Amino acid sequence: MASLEVSGSPPRSRRELEVRSTLQDKYSVLLPTYNERENLPLIVWLLVKSFSESGINYEIIIIDDGSPDGTRDVAEQLEKIYGSDRILLRPREKKLGLGTAYIHGMKHATGNYIIIMDADLSHHPKFIPEFIRKQKEGNFDIVSGTRYKGNGGVYGWDLKRKIIRLYRKEVLEKLIEKCVSKGYVFQMEMIVRARQLNYTIGEVPISFVDRVYGESKLGGNEIVSFLRGLLTLFATT
Amino acid sequence: MLPLVGGRRLNLVRFSFLLLRGALLSFLAVIMTKLAQWLWGLAILGSTWAALTTGALGLELPLSCQEVLWPLPAYLLVSAGCYALGTVGYRVATFHDCEDAARELQSQIQEARADLARRGLRF
Repeated sequence: MASLEVSGSPPRSRRELEVRSTLQDKYSVLLPTYNERENLPLIVWLLVKSFSESGINYEIIIIDDGSPDGTRDVAEQLEKIYGSDRILLRPREKKLGLGTAYIHGMKHATGNYIIIMDADLSHHPKFIPEFIRKQKEGNFDIVSGTRYKGNGGVYGWDLKRKIIRLYRKEVLEKLIEKCVSKGYVFQMEMIVRARQLNYTIGEVPISFVDRVYGESKLGGNEIVSFLRGLLTLFATT
Repeated sequence: MLPLVGGRRLNLVRFSFLLLRGALLSFLAVIMTKLAQWLWGLAILGSTWAALTTGALGLELPLSCQEVLWPLPAYLLVSAGCYALGTVGYRVATFHDCEDAARELQSQIQEARADLARRGLRF
């Protein structure tokens, strides 16, 4: 089989261009953590497994906000095990918020795609190759996981909004610049802004598993703050 | 429901006031937020309905038309409410329950812990 030059000469065909661009794609996973000492090794193990099995080039950026439970220590051990080219530690002194965690993480990301997810095993990394496939299929700017379509669903009733998304790096940079909300309303606002800027959005059905199912997490507070967030977006975008 | 006492009621009033003020400002600034668009749409439809039902435009509509037009806003409101409740109910009832995903996750957690311990991770 003829070897492909990855850099230098111009592509001889459209097929070669596609293959070359696939070879050069790198996916940076941003993992903001706070008190995730137990879950962090598991999520990293699952991510490494999914990426290696699919032959995808990746890096995992762990942004720990000064967790008191020793998350940083576990992260350092993972860095030793998997290598500092795969696990990047970019911690911060204290809890500074999700939006700034993403900005901080992106500064150090060397991939051309960014994946944002929670470190608490609410979403299984096995879906990530599916996200990547979907993105290539429709040339989407953003691919979001949904529990409501296809064979998506839940196990356990955690009302908190968990989001797993794949973005093109430049799209995420642009959106973060434009968003003004805080907390998870900020994640909702990103999609609203993305639509306004005419970015294309794809969806992949995912399952959400509440790992510690059995404890009641239903709170009226979550419903109220969700509705507040929704109304604020309705009135400001 | 959360009891609306003193401070909470004031916050609710303040919040609603802020939303409406924002809507008016966005409307004046011509960059219409969704709220401003809705209010604008409702204002147009509402004034049309009012004009037709009070005969302010001097039009003589046939009685059958008037009989339908008069309660129309109420009918639409109730229908919208029923549709909303129905959709929510249907979606909740047909929401997929992923038991095998939960089982798979549990077994992979065991696998992960064993593999990581082998590689030297101290939990």
